[in-house]
Amino acid sequence: MEKVVDIQHLSKSFGNHEVLKDIDFSVNKGEVVCIIGSSGSGKSTLLRCINLLEKPSGGQIIYKGENILDDQHDIYAYRTKLGMVFQQFNLFNNHDVLGNCVVGQMKVLKRSKADAEKVAMRYLKVVGMDQYIHAKPKQLSGGQKQRVAIARALSMEPDVMLFDEPTSALDPEMVGEVLTVMKELAESGLTMLIVTHEMGFAKDVADRVVFMDKGVIAEEGSPEQIFNNPTQERTREFLKRTLSM
Amino acid sequence: MSFEWIIKIILENGPMFIRGAGITLLISITGTILGSLIGLIVGVIRTMPMPERGSKRVALKVTNAILSAYIEFFRGTPMIVQAMVIFYGSALAFGWDMDRLVAAIFIVSINTGAYMSEIVRGGIISIDRGQFEAAHAIGMNHIQTMLNVVLPQVIRNILPATGNEFVINIKDTSVLNVISVTELYFQTKSVAGNNFRYFESFFVACIIYFIMTFTVTRILRFIEKKLDGPENYILCGNQMQVERPEDMLRRTKP
Ligand SMILES: Nc1ncnc2c1ncn2[C@@H]1O[C@H](COP(=O)(O)OP(=O)(O)O)[C@@H](O)[C@H]1O
Ligand SMILES: [Mg+2]
Repeated sequence: MEKVVDIQHLSKSFGNHEVLKDIDFSVNKGEVVCIIGSSGSGKSTLLRCINLLEKPSGGQIIYKGENILDDQHDIYAYRTKLGMVFQQFNLFNNHDVLGNCVVGQMKVLKRSKADAEKVAMRYLKVVGMDQYIHAKPKQLSGGQKQRVAIARALSMEPDVMLFDEPTSALDPEMVGEVLTVMKELAESGLTMLIVTHEMGFAKDVADRVVFMDKGVIAEEGSPEQIFNNPTQERTREFLKRTLSM
Repeated sequence: MSFEWIIKIILENGPMFIRGAGITLLISITGTILGSLIGLIVGVIRTMPMPERGSKRVALKVTNAILSAYIEFFRGTPMIVQAMVIFYGSALAFGWDMDRLVAAIFIVSINTGAYMSEIVRGGIISIDRGQFEAAHAIGMNHIQTMLNVVLPQVIRNILPATGNEFVINIKDTSVLNVISVTELYFQTKSVAGNNFRYFESFFVACIIYFIMTFTVTRILRFIEKKLDGPENYILCGNQMQVERPEDMLRRTKP
């Protein structure tokens, strides 16, 4: 199976606080991986290290056979290959919905305006926001903003999409619309790496579930294995705590 | 009587007042624009992320030190004194005979630049980290992030402060009469020096200053409203929103 990103011995410290410890982890093409774990276990940091929003303290990130942590590597080109969806949406407030999905394509990928708009419209339709192209971010609900953020990331046509708790900042009644979109994307064969607290969603769409605890990958496996027969005591405890809520 | 004198002064010296007001506007508009550009550039440089090591880090540190010295110095000294020092100092040190108007615009520009730098820096810092990160995440570098995401928002946000600087500049160019720029205050002084009607002459100047600042304030308020765009958006009924009229013609024609 082809690995889209392959992480070897990744570590990250903030000062002398070691947040990620010797992480070995990879995502295969077409695979949907869900990362679960309690708050503060390093899930966001792992995602942010993968697209270099945080600089890893050690280890390697192999993409297309090259270690992108080498000094001479073009990190900007690499980042276009990873789509990122944030908990807080982070839409560009100076652009409308269409502009949000077009600006990166034009400025970074140097696509023409017409091409960029065509691509953007395709993905805005996928997330069901094609009717709102002239709306400004502040005029949208949380769920709508997040769907636009997903379309913005998809418009760059990345190899893998990273989601960092995409529904955690949403009102409960808007969680469904975002998860539905993500499920459709998963079914379409997109490679996805999703940090989530939605256990039902993880069970449903994940090909593989990764449980993180205190900066290490404590256990990983198929959803059945992790949710029904976890081998680790801490996995069992975490699931008991989370599912009883 | 005063009122008759005012009419008489306006009729006799109208062109002088107008020319003075023109020069005042020229200096303050050019100074505000150039100053804002200086402010934008300095603000962007001062918010650049510090490289972790290497010669780039040293270069940025040195540049930042020079820029903060510039800001502190020009904000910490009166413009009237700067005008004297720069105009006479350049003559003494380099033997330059600076054109007085050029000197005036130069002084107002770097003065405004010092204030605007801090305003711009504040504006950049106030944009939430998330938008920087989202821009970086789609592969934009610092300059692209600034040009396409951050600065458009900063410019909108600092527009009121820029307008404020503009109004201040209209009023403060009056101190440039110390280097004999023929702006409105200087012209008024000449008029009053001829007719010895100080109150009436300066009363006319006062009204002209007020008309200028009031008009500028209104225009800027209007521009702010325009930039904010409509309150509401229109839902698009079908999937052809990004089509140009030409495309639509082509599509509908068999
Ligand atoms: N920029 C930072 N500076 C210092 N500590 C940080 C920073 N970002 C995260 N941390 C710490 O790293 C740990 C893991 O955080 P995070 O990756 O956000 O966890 P999770 O996403 O699993 O909740 C936490 O203890 C957090 O306080
Ligand atoms: Mg997190």
